[in-house]
Amino acid sequence: MKNVIEKYIRKEMFPHIWCPGCGNGIVLGALIRAIDSLGWEKDEVAMVSGIGCSSRITGYVDFNTMNTTHGRALPFATGIKMSNPKLKVIAVMGDGDCAAIGGNHFIHAARRNIDITAVIINNMIYGMTGGQYSPMTPTGKFGSTAPYGNIDQNFDLSALAASAGASYVARSSIYNPNQGTRFIKKALSKKGFSVVEIISDCPISYGRMNKLRTPVKMMEWIKSISVPKKTWEKLSVEEKKDKIPMGEFLDICIPEYTDKYKEVCAIAQEGGGNE
Amino acid sequence: MVTKKDNMKVYQNEETKIIVNEEWCKSCGICINYCPKKVLVANEKGYPVAEKIDDCIQCMLCELRCPDFAIRVENRKKVANYNMKDGSLED
Repeated sequence: MKNVIEKYIRKEMFPHIWCPGCGNGIVLGALIRAIDSLGWEKDEVAMVSGIGCSSRITGYVDFNTMNTTHGRALPFATGIKMSNPKLKVIAVMGDGDCAAIGGNHFIHAARRNIDITAVIINNMIYGMTGGQYSPMTPTGKFGSTAPYGNIDQNFDLSALAASAGASYVARSSIYNPNQGTRFIKKALSKKGFSVVEIISDCPISYGRMNKLRTPVKMMEWIKSISVPKKTWEKLSVEEKKDKIPMGEFLDICIPEYTDKYKEVCAIAQEGGGNE
Repeated sequence: MVTKKDNMKVYQNEETKIIVNEEWCKSCGICINYCPKKVLVANEKGYPVAEKIDDCIQCMLCELRCPDFAIRVENRKKVANYNMKDGSLED
């Protein structure tokens, strides 16, 4: 294969800080391959991240990058997009970053349908801080703050994004990096808020507490819980338990926020409005 | 044939070239476990060694699943572009 990775990374930062077998690297590879297949220049892309293991991604790629505060990747990305709508803005977030502390920002970015691609690396745990359960930890699974099993229900982020008003929603996993690349490519070329959730592993924090200590065991587990969307629809309620549907859930064309803002500016400059 | 240059180990035959960056590799074992033709074997440090390189079908799964960008597969006859077709889990 053509060496596309080398073209986009900051080589001096490697080897990266992530643990052996961490899915963040696989997602980063998928993201770079998707950007390369679209033929975008490095300067056209702005990548924003928050706090967490996954958010270190911005340090390793040679785009316009920004590492912001916890959960606030999307507000900063919104600001970048509004000030320069020509930029292709990508927000990379973890599940804690996106669903917990940044949950409100996430649904409101989706509601506005602003042209940002949100890549969510869902490893179902707070990996960096030592394995506390996150809003994405499945019910009954263990975390360092849930030693007897998690009693909370987990979010269905894709369904949340779709109902909040996004234009494109898809879910893939690190077991299937080709599918992930395809979905990210579609999301990047979509005008409007597009979400790609990628189920990732965390052998160190999640695996240690759930008897999946090695990266291979975690990958096998991800494979066993993944179900294609079409098969998922035919499953009974009992069979759907502990399984996650994969595929594209939403792909619609609705007016985009920066376009609408431009129209409003034009109306205001012509002296229009409600008076 | 094995050559070594700045921690880059290169295994090659007439068709395939497998490059392993041992400085970046963290021995997670994903490439070794998911090679459909069992081309790769772990050495004493856990790094992949392309022992049966003649069996390699250039499916690129090791390269795509490597979290550390430490393994690369090249076709020595032509440089393939990225192929968007994917495997089993299709919707």
